[in-house]
Amino acid sequence: MPDFADIWSYLAQGPLVWLTLTLVAYVAGDAIAEATNRAPLANSVLIAVSLLAVMLWITETPYAVYFEGAQFVHFLLGPATVALAVPLYLQSSRLKRAIVPVLAALGVGSIVAVGSALFIAQALGVELDVLASLAPKSTTAPVAIGIAQGLGGSPTLAAVLVILTGITGALIATPLLNAARVKDWRARGLAVGVAAHGIGTARAFQVHPTAGAFAGIGMGLNAILTAMVAPTILRLFS
Amino acid sequence: MIRALTLILLCQLAGEAVVRALGFPVPGPVIGMALLWALMTASTYIAELVRPVAETLLRHLSLLFVPAGVGVVGHLTQLGAQTFALAVAILVSTALAIVAGAWTFVAVARLTGSEDA
Repeated sequence: MPDFADIWSYLAQGPLVWLTLTLVAYVAGDAIAEATNRAPLANSVLIAVSLLAVMLWITETPYAVYFEGAQFVHFLLGPATVALAVPLYLQSSRLKRAIVPVLAALGVGSIVAVGSALFIAQALGVELDVLASLAPKSTTAPVAIGIAQGLGGSPTLAAVLVILTGITGALIATPLLNAARVKDWRARGLAVGVAAHGIGTARAFQVHPTAGAFAGIGMGLNAILTAMVAPTILRLFS
Repeated sequence: MIRALTLILLCQLAGEAVVRALGFPVPGPVIGMALLWALMTASTYIAELVRPVAETLLRHLSLLFVPAGVGVVGHLTQLGAQTFALAVAILVSTALAIVAGAWTFVAVARLTGSEDA
């Protein structure tokens, strides 16, 4: 009988193992989230990421090897973003009716997200070149990377800060908006999409379809707005 | 299903091409989303064709962020000595932005009479 290490090293060469384990980790995370009635801290992404990080660490697998399998899942982010047109279409009459509050909340949310992050980070002694990577953190990763590079920041650091922001938003949104007594699903969704891009939008879809649709709108519009406001606000801090 | 997927990918491809050609500051898929929305608005056939596949993709949108999330774990050391400051900045600014955005929406909806029917 061949020993486990041989089988493992054979399987670990192809993308199948890590693709499968990504799905297994997500299904496990989703089951745990379900079992806790989707308690905010039992976030399926956070659980899956933690499980996989531990597995990579134990098996001493480099991220590049993991990504050969996980890339098939990662690739679907693009088509899924395009697919956000569907909730947008289904909600278009409600969106048209709410266009003024949507644009107002977008402007306020976007400026507060960039401005308060830079203010706090600078007050705590963060250097200017790191601030450039922090400024676009509420927008979706490809946009944030582009903005950070344009401002002289680091693309890798920008991507890390974007993901951390998304997970933070997904974790805090529900208890925070309950405490703030916001009952309008449109307002809740839009604010989360603006502040916490796709990861916040994914969370909003778990909570309510209207919140999900408005989060998708917030994420899409904030991608455009952050590209315009982030450089201006950063200039105030330099 | 395969037609719907083809259409979604075509929209993404067109979006990527437009962004590259015109140097837009937004990602290709966001332009693709606008394009698909326009196509759905123009044709109910397209709307009904794409809807089930899109809804399946979006039902598990969270899953799609897992690979990027795992990548972040390996780069957490990059935050270096500024980890604490950046964590505080992210936590507080995200909370402020969510509350400010939601409150603005509710207040303006009340002012303009666009409360939910």
